[in-house]
Amino acid sequence: MADFLFEIGLEEVPARMIAGAQAELAERVVKMLERERLVAAGAKSKSFATPRRLAVWVEGVAERQEDVAEELLGPSVKVAYKDGAATPAAFAFAKKAGVAVEDLEKVSTPKGEYIAATAVKVGRVASEVIAAEMPKELAGIYWAKNMYWRLGRPERFVRPVQWMVALLGSNVVPVSFGGHEAGAVTYGHRVLFGEQGITLAGAGAYESALQKAFVVADVEVRRQKIRKALDAVTRTVAGARWREDEELVETVTQLTEWPSVILGGFEKEYLVLPEEVLVTVMRDHQKYFAVEDVGGKLAPHFLAVLNTEADDAGLAVIRHGNERVLRARFNDARFFWEFDQRVPLTERVALLEHVTFQKDLGSYAKKADRVAELVRLLAMKAADGGVSLNVNAAVEAARLSKTDLTTDMVKEFTELQGIVGGLYARAQGYPAAVSDAIYDQYKPVSMEDSVSRTVEGAVLAMADKADTIAGMFGLGMEPTGSKDPFALRRAANGIVKILAESGVALPLSLREIATSAASGDQKLAEKVRAFFVERLEFYLREAKGQAYDVVKAVLAAGADDVRDAIARAEAVTAARGSSDFEAVSAAFKRMKNILAQAAEKRIAVGSNVDGALLTEASEKALAARSEELAGSVKSLGAEKNYEGALEAVATLRPQVDAFFDAVMVMAPDEKVRANRLALLQRVLGDFSGIADFSEIVVAG
Amino acid sequence: MTEIAGKKSALTFQELLFRLQRFWADRGCVLQQPYDVEVGAGTMSPDTFLRVLGPKPVRIAYAQPSRRPADGRYGENPNRLYRHTQLQVILKPPPADIQEMYLESLVALGIDLREHDIKFEEDNWEWPVGGAWGVGWQVMLDGLEITQFTYFQQCGGMDLDPICGEITYGLERIAAFLQDVDSIYDIVWAVEPDTGRVVTYGEMRLAEEQQFSAYSFDYADVKKLWEHLNLYEAECLALLEKAKGLDKMDELTLKRFPVLGAYELALKCSHVFNLLDARGAISVTERVGVMARIRALVVGVAKVYAEQQRLVEAMTEVVAG
Repeated sequence: MADFLFEIGLEEVPARMIAGAQAELAERVVKMLERERLVAAGAKSKSFATPRRLAVWVEGVAERQEDVAEELLGPSVKVAYKDGAATPAAFAFAKKAGVAVEDLEKVSTPKGEYIAATAVKVGRVASEVIAAEMPKELAGIYWAKNMYWRLGRPERFVRPVQWMVALLGSNVVPVSFGGHEAGAVTYGHRVLFGEQGITLAGAGAYESALQKAFVVADVEVRRQKIRKALDAVTRTVAGARWREDEELVETVTQLTEWPSVILGGFEKEYLVLPEEVLVTVMRDHQKYFAVEDVGGKLAPHFLAVLNTEADDAGLAVIRHGNERVLRARFNDARFFWEFDQRVPLTERVALLEHVTFQKDLGSYAKKADRVAELVRLLAMKAADGGVSLNVNAAVEAARLSKTDLTTDMVKEFTELQGIVGGLYARAQGYPAAVSDAIYDQYKPVSMEDSVSRTVEGAVLAMADKADTIAGMFGLGMEPTGSKDPFALRRAANGIVKILAESGVALPLSLREIATSAASGDQKLAEKVRAFFVERLEFYLREAKGQAYDVVKAVLAAGADDVRDAIARAEAVTAARGSSDFEAVSAAFKRMKNILAQAAEKRIAVGSNVDGALLTEASEKALAARSEELAGSVKSLGAEKNYEGALEAVATLRPQVDAFFDAVMVMAPDEKVRANRLALLQRVLGDFSGIADFSEIVVAG
Repeated sequence: MTEIAGKKSALTFQELLFRLQRFWADRGCVLQQPYDVEVGAGTMSPDTFLRVLGPKPVRIAYAQPSRRPADGRYGENPNRLYRHTQLQVILKPPPADIQEMYLESLVALGIDLREHDIKFEEDNWEWPVGGAWGVGWQVMLDGLEITQFTYFQQCGGMDLDPICGEITYGLERIAAFLQDVDSIYDIVWAVEPDTGRVVTYGEMRLAEEQQFSAYSFDYADVKKLWEHLNLYEAECLALLEKAKGLDKMDELTLKRFPVLGAYELALKCSHVFNLLDARGAISVTERVGVMARIRALVVGVAKVYAEQQRLVEAMTEVVAG
């Protein structure tokens, strides 16, 4: 037994790809060793990664594979023996299997009697197996973007390979990949340690050897080191806090081998620029953390994570350089801010005619017109439904919503689209209802993002997304399979999320939004509505964690009112725990099947239930009890007391159980049969308003 | 190094260029002069765009003024220029230690790496109009992007073999960093040794920034620009049409066929397009169409160039054999 260490050294791997590749390499190596019977399942392992290396260590690798007995099937007995003597075919097979002819066995198979041999497959030594398998595993690693680097283009990999280490205990495993032979030599931090190699004494020496060479190979240790340093450095400013930003911590962790943190400052005068702009410049363009003061307001400081350590004089040089860069960036931003303000948003509306939204859908000017009209329609409906909102402000926001696409600020900082428009609107004196709506127009950008703060913004966001969806669907550009180049699913998810989570409930149905966006095209409206319902289904499952069958049952009973669908789904999930409810659901499924069969066989169903034709006591009881219950279930449903309604439905269990125990629905008498089917149809109809219970999957 | 008033010693702009040129010349690069047709980036010079094609090894370096009309700021923005200067280094095939060579070049500029924070951050490069792309990094020095480092993978829509390493230094940025000035215009370009008189970047180039910004934003005649574009395009297309007979040409006619002339015409189109764009004369709808037209020229030239090289090579082999 020995420990196995593998490291591949590379030129800087893109930060976004490191975590995935680290996990994949570790999984591939462990699985390969298991598959090759070199480690037992569940072997202890650890993986490492820095921008310049990926590594994995596995404990307890066997020196060689154990021999295994293998049953080989040969020719049929008829062919192998003639007159009781082995034929050349039998000899050939025995030779191939490595056994004597006398040791051949007979086995019976479905095809008849065959000869067989138990051959011993001799295990190979571990280093031979690993040397043969590792290149395939390495070549199989997924990279979002690959490159060629060697003459003749022999292999593609994320970046050029610079070295490899493969050690089984203290012995080198001759793995060959990317033009390199693995050895026992690794490399430390390029600047702090220099380019000389470090010869590892054995597989276990890896982490500590690198630590001495200014490389923290353990990603988690590096992440914690950065977090601690961010805290410590921020504490040097009284009352300051760094803005938590997990994604940025992750990025800088994957950009460094030996991280340290410096605090830099900038002139207070830049704080007149909007915080959003300053933070975007720092975060997205410089990978700096923003710092806030006691009151949560942006402070004139930033934190930069370095891939080095330096004495005070060195740090001063680095700080000075970073401050210079940031100042230049802020100067750009200020230039754009002032330059852009020379042309007010109202004048920019005309400029939108030159900005294409989509080839066949025309310019952004046209889009703004369509969205404004849609906003007006939806806002009026909301107002009619009792929601308090400023219709004119919402429409004005829609008209101005895309004008920031013509500003230099957005051309430079595209990620601030919408936000810049909102900030300019505020600076140019528009009321908050307008500027906030513009600011929030793209919200939510993801399932995790929050929805607009204001109703006007929520309506604008929905209208903008619905217009894009209807427009693209109209051109036949709906998403297919995993392809969704215009992010239409995300847009529709946004609409559903807004309807589900906006501060005030919006009395807008998916059908109304689809119909309005499709501006009268019925076929298109139906396609868009179906797409919305599909996204509502997704939302119920992914965001609300509802079971697949509950979602299906609920949406079968109505899918236009998002909040109502959520409430019904939650009630069904709560109710399905009760055995009575489950039994009733199962019975409803049976009823539905019977009716489906009847329809298939063209058996007549009565148009209503005739009490005189009810013969059995249990069917009379079901008819009476269900009729009695229907009214209260309906009124509970109308009050949106769905749990109460479902509890009431569940009380039907004795009657449905007794009915199916005693009554044969398909009675020989045509009239009785039609009447019984009518009863089942009435029961299903009366109780399927909340959900189609026949869709509920009953355990057992 | 020249002492610059009050600052620690740093290279002048021209010394910076000398150092880098000397450095790469010492590593086998042929020093070429800037290309004398307007280009938006050093990559577009035929010394990169065409020489990366085919199997022939290349080591070349040149300082290339690059014109980006839309980036003009009338000389008012301290960090942005209508025309800036790139030092372009092409190494085909890239040596295995190309990254180390690059880092040594920084040391040659007087940058002590142990005193600075250097990172290679993913930044892939793409020029769709040229059917060219590669993977690589922006090299960050104390938070400043000083270099784009690219492993070219495709050019003219063709796979490269060998691939090629491209190092592009932003000279103004590096000079401003080394000299610790906040405005490009304050960069010391040269110092007269006998008088001590300092010549700044602004003194040499501010007027150009002002006037060319005004030209591309305010004066350029849109109608004429479109005419230029159409004329250059037509001439380039005519040459590409004639190039269809390349394989039937005798050796002398083949060698003299002006593919390089066709490339210049395509570059002219690209620059006129950039001017129209800066002038606000191209709608986004048109943009896609015009870019496709220019792409047809640029990629077309690259293919013809590769074919010409191949045919010339084949003829030489026949003669040699």
